[in-house]
Parts: sequence; C-alpha cells; structure tokens
Amino acid sequence: MLILTCPYCGVAGEETEFHAGGEAHLKRFGPGSSDDDFDAYMFARKNPKGVHFERWRHVFGCGKWFHAARDTATLQVFGTYPAQVSGPPQDILDRIAAATSAHAAK
Amino acid sequence: MRDAVTALHGATFIGRVTVADGGLRGMVTLRGDLAAPAMAAAAQVIGLTIPAQRRVVMADDRAAIWMSPDEVLILVPHAQAEATAAALTQALTGIHHLAVNVSDARAVLRLTGSEAALRETLAKLAPVDMDLFGMGEVRRTRLGQVACAFWMVDSSTVELICFRSVARYVFDLLAVTASDGGAVGHFG
Ligand SMILES: [Zn+2]
Repeated sequence: MLILTCPYCGVAGEETEFHAGGEAHLKRFGPGSSDDDFDAYMFARKNPKGVHFERWRHVFGCGKWFHAARDTATLQVFGTYPAQVSGPPQDILDRIAAATSAHAAK
Repeated sequence: MRDAVTALHGATFIGRVTVADGGLRGMVTLRGDLAAPAMAAAAQVIGLTIPAQRRVVMADDRAAIWMSPDEVLILVPHAQAEATAAALTQALTGIHHLAVNVSDARAVLRLTGSEAALRETLAKLAPVDMDLFGMGEVRRTRLGQVACAFWMVDSSTVELICFRSVARYVFDLLAVTASDGGAVGHFG
C-alpha cells in the first residue's frame, strides 16, 4: 500500500483516498505538431521498473492534482510536489539519488 | 425555496453511537485566494474567520470548514444561506472569487456518543488515523465508497457531510458500523 502526502492538504493518506493519473511531465503536442510528436505524446508512456514520476489526484480529499515520485518495484515514495511544475524539484531528485546510491552500496 | 426537506427525513439510529440526520443546513461555498486580506474581511462580515489548513472555525450557529487551498465551506442556519452568499459576494466585489449557495448539494449527519466510540466508528470506515485526529480539525476523506468530510464539534459530537445523493448509504453504513456488539475497543 502506498502512503502519499498531498502537498495541498498536508494529509498523509493511503492509496484509496487518491486516484492515479499516469505519467507526469508530459509535454503536449497539439495541432501543427508532427505526426511522430503527436503519436509519442498521445500514446507512448514510460513503464519503468524503478523510479517513476506520476500524476495523482486527491480525489476523496481536496480534489487537487499533484505529482509523486516513487519506485514502481519497491513502492518507496520519494516525495510528492505540486502540479504547477514541468519537472521534479531538486530535493526530490536528491532523495532519489541518495536512495539509489544507498541501494547500490548494499 | 419551499418545503425543503433533508435526504434522511429526520432518521435516527441508536447504537454505540447515535447517528442522526443533521437537519437542514445552509451551506455556501467560498472560493478564491484564502490568504487575501479581502477574504479575511469578507469572512468577518458574516461573523467568521478563514480557517487555516484542515481547520474548522466555529462561532455560535455557524462554521467555516477548510475544504482545499482555495475553498472554504460556510455553514449557517438554513434560512440564511442566500443572504450569506449575497453578503460575501458584496464584500468581495472586484476580487476574483466565487460565493454560491450550495445548501442542496450535501447532507449533514450528526454522530453523538462517547469519544472512544465515535473515533472507533470513523476509524472502521475511513482510511484515517483516528488516534491523531484532533478537535478543530476537518478531514475530507472516503467513508466506505463515497467522499465525506467530518469534524468534531466537541468530545461527544461529530458532524459529517456527504453528497445528498449518498446520504442514505452513509447513514446505513454508519448505523451498521456503530451497531451494538461491534465494539473493537481500540480507543478505550
Ligand atoms: Zn489534498
């Protein structure tokens, strides 16, 4: 089970209080873009075994969308952050780097 | 508005906690920049203050419930909802906001009983750590299969809101959960 902290309410809620919204930080290719760009935007999604950036919605709570960084294999949550960014913040990246280097050292 | 009725028609269940129709309540949704001075001033006009994150402000017959970073639910006596929305709209003239009477959208349920039984009833149904849930706090969450929000009015009273269309489901769910013989005793 995942415990995610909604960055808007500050609630540490369990998974069933949220709704998963798929891969985060997609760049939209709309009218006027090439077929390849549109195809990749529309259909291609990462499906990593490991670190993944995702969109989540606090559907039973404040209703807001936010981002989460987690490991799809270990279910470790590296952190959550607001929706109004196009990439993960540095503190989340640092936590991921620390976790992966600690894992590699074992 | 004539002959307004609640979804639960005054239903009451008496078990380890008493689950009761909370009656008609005026509800006004207020959205905008909650940190703006104009918002604080508008809240003052209706005898309230803007609650901090996940907090409830109670004053006499009214309350302000924090719903999200840009939304507060104002509870007032049922007959005052229209006037309250109008007062907020007037106080916020020129400020980007929304103040709407949504009294028909939700149902209010009132749970009374010992604090331990109240905490246990909610803990059975919502994914919330009821050991940590405090007075003056509001939690929007899931109760069984539907969205709800609840807060403690005092140590023996919880008020809970859900969408009107699922009021009966929530009532029945709470009644089954609070039935005699279902005690777990985790909260003493
Ligand atoms: Zn939230």
